[in-house]
Amino acid sequence: MSARAVPPIAAAAPGAVVPGTLADPLLSIRRLTKHFPVRTGLFGRATGQVRAVDGVSLDVGHAETLGIVGESGCGKTTLGRTILRLIEPTEGDIRFDGVDVLSLQGKAMRAMRRKMQIIFQDPFSSLNPRMTIGATVREGLTVHRIAEGAAADQRVRQLLEEVGLRGEYATKYPHEFSGGQRQRVGIARALAVEPKFIVCDEPVSALDVSVQAQVINLLRDLQRDRGLAYLFIAHDLSVVEHMANRVAVMYLGRIVEFASAEALYKEPLMPYTQALLSAVPVPDPVTKRQRIVLAGDVPSPANPPSGCVFHPRCHHPARDAACMRIVPPLEEKAPGHWVACIKQPPTSVSWDAQRQAGATSEPARHLPVVQPAS
Amino acid sequence: MTMPSRPAAGEPLLRVHDLRTYFHVGGAVARAVDGVSFDIRAGETVGMVGESGCGKSVTALSLLRLVDPPGRIESGSRIEFEGRDLLALDEEGIRQIRGNRIAMVFQEPMTALNPVFTIGDQVAEVARVHSNASRKAAWERAIEMLNLVGIPDPRDRAKSYPHQLSGGMRQRVLIAMALVMNPSLLIADEPTTALDVTIQAQILELIGDLQQRLGLAVLLITHDLGVVAEVTSRVLVMYGGQIVERAPVRELFRDPRHPYTRGLLEAMPRLGRQRDRLAVIPGTVPPPTRWPSGCRFRDRCPFAWHRCVDEAPPEYPVAAEHSARCHLVDDPSRMKVASAAGHS
Amino acid sequence: MPNATPGSLVAFADAAPAPLAPWAPGRLVALFRGDLTAALAAVTLVVIALAALLAPWIAPFDPAQTFDIAARTQPPSATHWLGTDQLSRDLLSRLLYGARLSLGISVLAVTVAMVIGTAWGAVAGYAGGWVDRVLMQVVDAGLAIPRILLLLGVVALWGTLSMPALVLVLGLTGWFTASRLVRAEVRATRERDFAVAARATGATPLRVLVRQVLPHALTTILVAATLGVGQVVIVEAGLSFLGYGVAPPAASWGSLIREGRALLGTAWWMSVFPGVGLAATVLAINVLGDRLRRVLGGQQLHAP
Repeated sequence: MSARAVPPIAAAAPGAVVPGTLADPLLSIRRLTKHFPVRTGLFGRATGQVRAVDGVSLDVGHAETLGIVGESGCGKTTLGRTILRLIEPTEGDIRFDGVDVLSLQGKAMRAMRRKMQIIFQDPFSSLNPRMTIGATVREGLTVHRIAEGAAADQRVRQLLEEVGLRGEYATKYPHEFSGGQRQRVGIARALAVEPKFIVCDEPVSALDVSVQAQVINLLRDLQRDRGLAYLFIAHDLSVVEHMANRVAVMYLGRIVEFASAEALYKEPLMPYTQALLSAVPVPDPVTKRQRIVLAGDVPSPANPPSGCVFHPRCHHPARDAACMRIVPPLEEKAPGHWVACIKQPPTSVSWDAQRQAGATSEPARHLPVVQPAS
Repeated sequence: MTMPSRPAAGEPLLRVHDLRTYFHVGGAVARAVDGVSFDIRAGETVGMVGESGCGKSVTALSLLRLVDPPGRIESGSRIEFEGRDLLALDEEGIRQIRGNRIAMVFQEPMTALNPVFTIGDQVAEVARVHSNASRKAAWERAIEMLNLVGIPDPRDRAKSYPHQLSGGMRQRVLIAMALVMNPSLLIADEPTTALDVTIQAQILELIGDLQQRLGLAVLLITHDLGVVAEVTSRVLVMYGGQIVERAPVRELFRDPRHPYTRGLLEAMPRLGRQRDRLAVIPGTVPPPTRWPSGCRFRDRCPFAWHRCVDEAPPEYPVAAEHSARCHLVDDPSRMKVASAAGHS
Repeated sequence: MPNATPGSLVAFADAAPAPLAPWAPGRLVALFRGDLTAALAAVTLVVIALAALLAPWIAPFDPAQTFDIAARTQPPSATHWLGTDQLSRDLLSRLLYGARLSLGISVLAVTVAMVIGTAWGAVAGYAGGWVDRVLMQVVDAGLAIPRILLLLGVVALWGTLSMPALVLVLGLTGWFTASRLVRAEVRATRERDFAVAARATGATPLRVLVRQVLPHALTTILVAATLGVGQVVIVEAGLSFLGYGVAPPAASWGSLIREGRALLGTAWWMSVFPGVGLAATVLAINVLGDRLRRVLGGQQLHAP
């Protein structure tokens, strides 16, 4: 095996394959990329890149919930904010409701923002502590001239009630509320402008279990009543499975697996997903399942491993030198189920090509039982 | 360094009786821990589970007398460890227990380590504080501990600084620091909450492994019932500053008797379960300055009836080692949902 | 029925501070609880400010009024509580009117400085990038030049200044630090979730800046302004002492001290009283400013 650095073989450009294209998507992102420069040295020269989001392509349908799952450093939060142009993408396309979002400027962009909103993770920093919750919810109404004066007050009260709070709370300040209640205010704020699409960035991660359930139910009810589409970002797999129709698993800025929620949880093909699922503690002391404990840490997005970004921690029995050299393409290995792994058949990366890259083990299906039997 | 002996497995190591920790703020009294009693036996892993505001963290801090004013442990509380009354010790006495016989690991590995010292130094420091080990001996012990907790290349890594390590690594370092003096009891307060789930799995496996190898007793405090199911053998469920249910872990999941425990189990989305509405516990935790009279859970309990308002339930026995602080154990005929009382 | 307090006990045990707006009632009382020095300072300042404000009504004499020669350079007496100067003008009256000038000029100058500094710092902090760099380089240049030299340079070029000109010059030389402070606050607050949320709602950058971000810089600005007044009082006094400040017959405390300098040995009251007034004022301001900074630090006020 050669020790000198050999450039990796990319079987396809990142983001070139779009998992789960829809005929009539609400949101369409292609090859979305966000790199943050790493500045070091006296003059702050850019010496490297943090590839927070590295070529992500997706479609989100009307009134669907697309789940994004991953751990810290996988880029899911950056993805959510980049889609809304709260962070400007380095590359890529975003089409919302048929409109090219990246071409909009100023007023037009601000008008577009009505349709796409966001809910934040931390209920303690997502509300301005110096504004009453009524004023916070009202901002959207004022900015887009949806309502003013008494009509606006009325609307604010209605919104608060819709999310399960009392209308008269509008004059209170955030510190007077619990985490769950503040999260509801955040939802009311997002709803005020009547969006079609909401990026839910870990909306329940900071909440207690009993409060989580309340907010999850609320989000589902709102979706049903208003026909909202969600991009549901979370690291808690149980919550994502509960909420989402289709799920994308992200690792180091890329999508490594994409499938319907049911398929993903029943038959996770990507070794990372398998490990992720097996790591979730199950509130049932009796179940037997295979625990895959990954070795090592999540690598830094500033210095991703070559080839398959997961290869250093991968437990697939056929993992070998080819994994270090070939960047696996995202391939549809079952109907509606895309996976980026050259060792899970079927794969378009031929055995010959793998052998040329140093492979020693043939691809073979590896599907450990990582879930308790339901 | 000579290691002190510890009680044989199965012997009670820690006995807590009627622990009350109150915070006197302004004119009000917050009864954060309000009559908590439990034992921990040598070598066992006990889980203390509850949501925010239930008093579990304050309980942990109270065990090591780490509660600062305006909080104080009220008289009448008793904490006995290896036969000694911890509350009767003077400052020097309790300092000799902390980090030495009882060690604690906290939630945030980022902030618990000093950024200007190497991790090797910080681990070695523990040895030097509690024994008269020389610098060299302490350093060697530090490397031994770093190896024990699974840090690769410990001799080299000992010279790195906290910011050079990932969250999971830092938590391992903290565990190493906790175990330097071979304590009999490790208190882990939400040790994995701030970590990614795959790293959490590693740390829990490490704790389980160390517990077996060292015969360590562990008090694991968490809000995650999944973690409890995986790692502990006995569970204490806390609510409103009290233990509302206690049972061996399988028993608790098989037959939860307190409505709060049941509510928690039903409110958790589970992998592979039906995707319908999650059962919800209505309302929110009351403030510790104003615990409701009678049963503290009554305002949120679907089964509450007048007895729950008038009479604070004691811990009724359910089975061997299983008890629940709920009148339903005494009067199961009441287990029909009471009429909705305007809960949100 | 949903309860209104955060569930976490630790938050409660710290008596989670209620972020009162600076103008909320009860704030003043809360400000000085337990701190006698600060309370004293506040009282002193209020007395001096009132005296300055009400000078035309409470001054016993017209400050320009002269009496006969016998009344010149008299020590404190029953008629002239603080004595008289070499032109037999009543010193107390001059002191009161001097307070008007000293404080008035300082407050106005600080207002000018705060307005410019806040706007400059806010734009730099919010815009970031090259705008930030350019704006801050101007600030760096301004900070590099000692203020007194700058002022003396101006005076050298333009001779004695009228009052408005003096206020303007003092203001224009004093906004640099404020801009730095505001920029830091703005930069920090700009990234907080609620500010991002406001952007996501579709608010213009200006609206986000003014409605969401700047209020968080208010406390910093308040503290900087308070301490700034103290500084400017001294700078103005210095200028006047050197003869370049307010033109006679108007006299600020600095001018009064100047006039009494030659007669320090014989008519000590002419310089000493204005000096004491100056010292007391600046001391009170500094104590108050310091207290404000400690209490308001972290942008939260503790509820009473």
